[in-house]
Amino acid sequence: MITRKRLAAWLGTALLTVATCGALPASASADAPDPQAAPKVELVLDVSGSMSTKDIDGQSRMSAAKQAFDEVLDSTPADTQLGIRTLGANYPGDDRQVGCRDTAQLYPVGPLDRDQAKAAVATLNPTGWTPIGPALLAAAKDLKGGTGSHRIVLITDGEDTCGPTNPCEIARQIAAQGVGMTIDTLGLIPDATTRDQLSCIAEATGGTYTTVQHRQQLTNRVQQLVQRDTDTTVNPVPVQGGPDCADAPTVRPGLYSDRETFSENRWYKVDVDPGQELRAAVSVSDDRAVDPDYGVLLRAVTTHGREIVRDAEAGSGRTDMISAGLRYPKPKAGSGSGDDPAPAETVCVEVGNSFAAPPSVKTTPGLPVELSIGLVASPHRASDVASFGLGDGWWLLGLLTLTGFVAGVLWGWLSRWRVAIWRTN
Amino acid sequence: MRAARLTPIARTGAALLTAALFGLAPAAPALADDSPSPSPSASASAGPPTEAGTDFRTATAVQQGERATADASTGDYLYWAFPGDTGQDITVKATVTFPSTSVTHAASTWQIDVYDGLRRHQPCRYGMASRQADPGATSVELSCTLRTVTSYADTWSNDPLRGAYYLRLTATDIAQTDLGLPVQAAVEATASDAGGSAAADGSVTPLVPRESASVVPSGGWSSTWWSARWLWSAGGAALAALAGIGGYALTRGRGRPRGIPREV
Repeated sequence: MITRKRLAAWLGTALLTVATCGALPASASADAPDPQAAPKVELVLDVSGSMSTKDIDGQSRMSAAKQAFDEVLDSTPADTQLGIRTLGANYPGDDRQVGCRDTAQLYPVGPLDRDQAKAAVATLNPTGWTPIGPALLAAAKDLKGGTGSHRIVLITDGEDTCGPTNPCEIARQIAAQGVGMTIDTLGLIPDATTRDQLSCIAEATGGTYTTVQHRQQLTNRVQQLVQRDTDTTVNPVPVQGGPDCADAPTVRPGLYSDRETFSENRWYKVDVDPGQELRAAVSVSDDRAVDPDYGVLLRAVTTHGREIVRDAEAGSGRTDMISAGLRYPKPKAGSGSGDDPAPAETVCVEVGNSFAAPPSVKTTPGLPVELSIGLVASPHRASDVASFGLGDGWWLLGLLTLTGFVAGVLWGWLSRWRVAIWRTN
Repeated sequence: MRAARLTPIARTGAALLTAALFGLAPAAPALADDSPSPSPSASASAGPPTEAGTDFRTATAVQQGERATADASTGDYLYWAFPGDTGQDITVKATVTFPSTSVTHAASTWQIDVYDGLRRHQPCRYGMASRQADPGATSVELSCTLRTVTSYADTWSNDPLRGAYYLRLTATDIAQTDLGLPVQAAVEATASDAGGSAAADGSVTPLVPRESASVVPSGGWSSTWWSARWLWSAGGAALAALAGIGGYALTRGRGRPRGIPREV
């Protein structure tokens, strides 16, 4: 029995695979590992003078970081493209100008050679300044290229005092340029300003912020972050929505990313064939300090401006995003329309947001928007609220039984009457 | 095991049929393109997931009844995605545990939000979806029971339809000093059958976006045509027939007298 089931299942899978491959040659190549789509990670390590402070499990911050790196490098999956960059590793002097440019690539982003990378990390000694902003910019440059996700893991124990631009602003600009660029930050025994700065950097790029107090915690977290992107396969495609329906770009089913400034509306066009259902979902992230009340609006509108369906969502308080979604099934063309198929309908999708920010907050680049567009088979229309118009419950049983009984009684009378007629004749 | 689910053999048969159809039909690419296909990597991992995603796109797929865990930092937004099928009353439970460290945390408010496959926020019928953890508390329990998942809904309503459901767990109110401190999260989605009274007509393709194509019930989506309403209706018909026979027997009289010959 089990063997039969297995065989049947195997046969089914094999046939399905063959059929799918035959029908979809493009999807087969998308599933194969593609070096262009491999996730890229760069670890950015602070090697400033303060890293020699001995306050992590009795060790210095630097040696804790080194041990953590060793363990992380050992467990990193082979297909991960990993690089290491340092900040403040080389210039021990007091010249602010020079110290604030001190960032160097310790190990280039690429296929990982564990021994080489470990040897490079072993040479580090706490030395100089903390130029976080320039290091992030350089790391973003290191990671350039490829279609996979890009992640920067920043490990530091102090804030950037170099200026003039806040590293948080730099992080936001980096996120706006790159595709799927995330910065995760880890603060080693941070003070309040360092924590604020690091959490701001993380928030600006959709990353995470962690306070580190123990070496094991550092190891686990960096391991977790490095391995985080290995499963995800779908990366959003950048698109720029138009200011109105006429100038909107046409999007096909897929995942898109865009930027939308405060209280802006952007339009996209989708072609929906008869018999298809349009599915649109959008989330707008707040990557900076915003006012506590916010909202998002998603509308589907015909080319003539008639609204088909809308969804709006409002919220307040701490959040990473606000989202909305809609469905628009386009019915199949009527049967009497003849041979030529009905043309696809162009539906305009409007994405608006009602985020607001205090005047001190920069409005450019805009807020990150993620738009998911899908086209699926349109639903089987309901002819009745109940499933197939069927009934349910004791009242139904009572009614049916009563009706049957009354019918039986009437039929019995009828037959008695017929017998009586027959008798008299 | 719900009666509505097809047996494995029947499912294989259906798969075979589908495969044969796909191989033959010239319109197959368009069809295949539209339906989200489960990714092979998702089913390969053994055991419940120990990581959480950070947004809708990266939400970790988890099956109903699996207890997914994640180590995270306070302030993280944790995302999971689980399948919800027709006729299910889904309850989501989450536990946030604060590990015992030298740092004592201040009061914080934790919240779970459930979104459907179109990222529409779903209300909770009951359950504490948001709760405050007192300073020094060791854990917080959250729960949210959704409305019954139906097989059909008007396009302008956000009634829950079968498909992927996203669960977001986060702290909505935290002290700045607590930001980044480690926490452990565990979530579990369970479902009970709502019964035939919730069965609606019509069927909608499961709301599973492409980026979460691996979110499929372990036994596949249940068929939308079956409901207990068939049993009620058929049972009612049988009772009606019996009652009809009874009523007839009561009133028809004795019929033809015995002594009289047939041919007169």
